[in-house]
Amino acid sequence: MQKRSIVPIVYILFLMLPIYWLVAMSFKTTNEILSGFSLFPQTFTLENYTTIFTDPSWYWGYINSILYVSINTVISIAVALPAAYAFSRYRFLGDKQLFFWLLTNRMAPAAVFALPFFQLYSAVELFDTHLAVALAHCLFNIPLAVWILEGFMGGIPKELDETAFVDGYSFPRFFATIFIPSIKAGVGVAAFFCFMFSWVELLLAKTLTAVAAKPIAATMTKTASSAGYELGLLAAAGTLTIIPGAIVIWFVRNYIAKGFAMGRV
Amino acid sequence: MKTENQKAWFFVLPVLLLVAFNALIPMMTVVNYSVQETFGDNVFFWQGLDWFQQILRSDRFHAALGRQFLFTFLILIIEVPLGIAIALSMPRKGFWVPVCLVLMALPMLIPWNVVGAMWNIFTLPDIGLLGYFLNHVLGINYDMTQDPVAAWVTIITMDVWHWTSLVVLLSYAGLVSIPDAYYQAAKIDGASNWAVFRFIQLPKMKTVLTIAILLRFMDSFNIYTEPFVLTGGGPGNSTTLLSIDLVKIALGQFDLGPAAAMSLIYFAITLLVSWLFYTLMTKDDQN
Repeated sequence: MQKRSIVPIVYILFLMLPIYWLVAMSFKTTNEILSGFSLFPQTFTLENYTTIFTDPSWYWGYINSILYVSINTVISIAVALPAAYAFSRYRFLGDKQLFFWLLTNRMAPAAVFALPFFQLYSAVELFDTHLAVALAHCLFNIPLAVWILEGFMGGIPKELDETAFVDGYSFPRFFATIFIPSIKAGVGVAAFFCFMFSWVELLLAKTLTAVAAKPIAATMTKTASSAGYELGLLAAAGTLTIIPGAIVIWFVRNYIAKGFAMGRV
Repeated sequence: MKTENQKAWFFVLPVLLLVAFNALIPMMTVVNYSVQETFGDNVFFWQGLDWFQQILRSDRFHAALGRQFLFTFLILIIEVPLGIAIALSMPRKGFWVPVCLVLMALPMLIPWNVVGAMWNIFTLPDIGLLGYFLNHVLGINYDMTQDPVAAWVTIITMDVWHWTSLVVLLSYAGLVSIPDAYYQAAKIDGASNWAVFRFIQLPKMKTVLTIAILLRFMDSFNIYTEPFVLTGGGPGNSTTLLSIDLVKIALGQFDLGPAAAMSLIYFAITLLVSWLFYTLMTKDDQN
């Protein structure tokens, strides 16, 4: 038993090394980073973080990202819930084909569709809004949310629905007060995945925004152009992008493994 | 048993509208570009299937496609067995489980360009942790901006770092869903570890592994941001994967026609391979 735990420990160490390096760099001055190798910050500085928290073009990047990710998660879950219910409970014309078609939307290379997306969202006058990015990310998040939720709903016996209807519940009331609470864990896992994929996606987010809704990951590219290559600032900004993800995963940690063990996913 | 109910379509309608809006309209634009030639000022000429022929015959496309297949093949061959092995060795109960899961999931939650930038700095020969260690402690001449092999090793390592956890999480979920009774029965029968793995654990992981392999295939086949930030496709063209090449053509040279034709071919290949995986891996379930 003890010998076995070596593998996860080594793996986690391997995962943490680059992250450690990023965090360590964020506390160094750019001069120190460029002057040579040091395992720990020699002149410990918070200057990089101060810059980010005092400059609106920096901290608005984070706010923008969090805004469109939240909108996307809410939309994705809201429309995926009834759809997943339909897939898990009913047979209807073309249901299997539709399910596979949803899956295929993850396969389109985003790099290609960036320009058409730009044209589409300019045409409907949503360019450079949070809603544009939130809607665009629905392309790959909704199919995944439907997929995950359907798996969870499959684990709920159909008798639950029938009993509720016999007891005189209307469908919306049953859905909101009985059904959704019983697949809470599934909603948590689906929301986590929507958050994750929207948070890390950059290409579409960057293409669909200019100033007002610019994501943090796009703001970061300016460190390379404006005043030379500000590695310290880049590292600090990168470190801060890890934090929201870490918070979210801490909240859903108990659902993750359990969640996938049920049903399809 | 599912009941037949055509009204269920109304439940699916919002999903359908939202996804179709995002999928079909841009797709139509791409199809439109792929059969036209443009001379600026939005003047378009009908071009027929010339772009498709041109792309299918071009050595550049073949080279990028070859690199892409090699990359995806290496990723699957490394990440899937490694992920399963790590999942098998993880504790099943106790305090360490959520800690392990959270730490392992962390790389997946880092924005892709940050991952690229992070690995870029991490591997710099004189100031990065890995680059310094390899060059100055082990004495290996390692510089991914000069050496194509080093660049490939770095890209593969970065992807293994980034995505093996997805396979781990999914396999682990499959493992914890196996009831203890199965293991006890195997113990009574005197089954070896390998037999337990082959006849109990692997079949139980099959559904989640299908998802893991499909997701890893699709995502590694479409990978763009991380290798682009890491190497920019270099040195030379050695790490120019399909998406990177495509963006070079579309936005670098602004050849929309060939780029659109190429993306449709690309999409068709992804679809075909995914469908093959999907049918192969779910074949047994139907019997």
